[in-house]
Amino acid sequence: MTAAPTPVQQANRHSDNKRPQTPSRLKHYLTAMLLILLVWGSAWKTESTLGELVQGAPNMLDLLKEMFPPSWTYMDNIAPAMLDTIRMAVVGTTIGAVLAIPFAVLCASNVVRNVWVFYPVRMVLNLIRTIPDLLLASLFVAVFGLGLVSGILALSVFSIGLVAKLTYEAIESIDNGPLEAMTAVGANRMQWIAFGVVPQVIANYISYVLYTFEVNVRAAAILGLVGAGGIGHYYEVTLGFLQYDRTNAIIIFTLVVVLLIDFISTKVRERLL
Amino acid sequence: MNQTWSERVAKPRTNWPLRLLLIVAIAALYIWAFSGIPFQGLKETAVQIVQSIMAGILSPDWDYVYLPEGEDLLRGLLDTAAIAILGTAISTLLCIPFAFWAASRKHKSGAITGTGKFLLSFIRTFPEIVMAILFIKAVGPGAFAGVLALGLHSIGMQGKLFSEEIENIDQGPLDSLLASGANRLQIWWYAIMPQVLPGFLSYTLYRFEINVRSATILGVIGAGGIGTPLIFALSTRNWDRVGIILLGIIVMVTMIDLLSGYLRKKIV
Repeated sequence: MTAAPTPVQQANRHSDNKRPQTPSRLKHYLTAMLLILLVWGSAWKTESTLGELVQGAPNMLDLLKEMFPPSWTYMDNIAPAMLDTIRMAVVGTTIGAVLAIPFAVLCASNVVRNVWVFYPVRMVLNLIRTIPDLLLASLFVAVFGLGLVSGILALSVFSIGLVAKLTYEAIESIDNGPLEAMTAVGANRMQWIAFGVVPQVIANYISYVLYTFEVNVRAAAILGLVGAGGIGHYYEVTLGFLQYDRTNAIIIFTLVVVLLIDFISTKVRERLL
Repeated sequence: MNQTWSERVAKPRTNWPLRLLLIVAIAALYIWAFSGIPFQGLKETAVQIVQSIMAGILSPDWDYVYLPEGEDLLRGLLDTAAIAILGTAISTLLCIPFAFWAASRKHKSGAITGTGKFLLSFIRTFPEIVMAILFIKAVGPGAFAGVLALGLHSIGMQGKLFSEEIENIDQGPLDSLLASGANRLQIWWYAIMPQVLPGFLSYTLYRFEINVRSATILGVIGAGGIGTPLIFALSTRNWDRVGIILLGIIVMVTMIDLLSGYLRKKIV
């Protein structure tokens, strides 16, 4: 005679073999294998080996030893270049931020409802953003010659991509109410944008411009490497003459200025939003 | 009820002295910035060069895409991608301890978190291209210097994003595992890792996109990748070749962005 089912067995109507299968791990194993293969292949392609790193370590320590103490007196020589760097960032960001406005408006699908307008403009923006700033700078140096102007143009183009992308995403997430209200009272297109859209995104826009300024200060500090003005030029000068203590002075000076500007800009942005 | 709107609803008051001060400060900044720039006017050759670049981009040097003897576009791009992949892999492994160090949890002292956060922001501020220059001095020019530079620099950003991910985890699973008598390692493996892993993967992919862009410029200073032939073509004014390299970079970056964006959407 079979035993009566225990209460537990009554509750679990499904027998063991009817339980849902544990999901297969095969996919995870395959992904992990693919990743390891990718990394291993990359190491092979770039000829990176741990041995080389160990071999290079003494060189690196020598380099660090020569970098300290930093040459503090050299700061006087590079101060004008540092000011140029900040100038480049200010002017480049401003030009880029102004030019970004029409791009941002044309990209926003709730302002320009025409698919044939906002998709192509977005594609142009994406295209701009694929090119890194230093690459833009080397292109502009080839066209306009060495100097600040090339750097400013590179930063402007780069800023357009960044500010316009962030701003159009802000525009797309605004509240629809004011827009409908503007339509209901018979506003024309420009009034609709000026009183319905702008007040809602202006704080975001200013915050994004400040953020772009932070990014641009960092970028401007290295644009000199390709001859586009600013403090980056002095890396080549000092490294060329093996004056590593001076290189260290440049690095520290740049770090201090960047951190200071970041701090101020972050505080302002916190108050804005 | 005969009041007009302007009487019933007070306009928000503005702090005029502060606003005036702000306007003067910004105006002064701009006057200082613009006055220091030598607008020497365009070189006469500028228009001509732009035309030749445009012509170069419109009629790229297709032969350069694949050369049997090496040093061609495809190999350059592959090198660039390899630098980005390996750099991201190194930084992902190295940044996890930093992330746990810098993540603020309620039982941790503020001093530990503070130093961790400061160290990460210090690494972030140190430009990768300068790191690459220093690594070139140490291990010699080539892709390996670029890999090390990217691997070290990316720790800053990935560590910050990872630590924020750790700060935002749900305390519940941790408590229940602790209550059922799990040890620290088990808590870490069964409560923390499953919660943070999707975020970690997504940020790693995001950083990989950035590193691909960075890797394209490392060659400018001799740290491997497509940047070296590009800067060479620019200095020899070989515009057709500049055109095809730019086109190659744009296509590769766009494709990697699309792929990585698709994967990130699947993960989160």
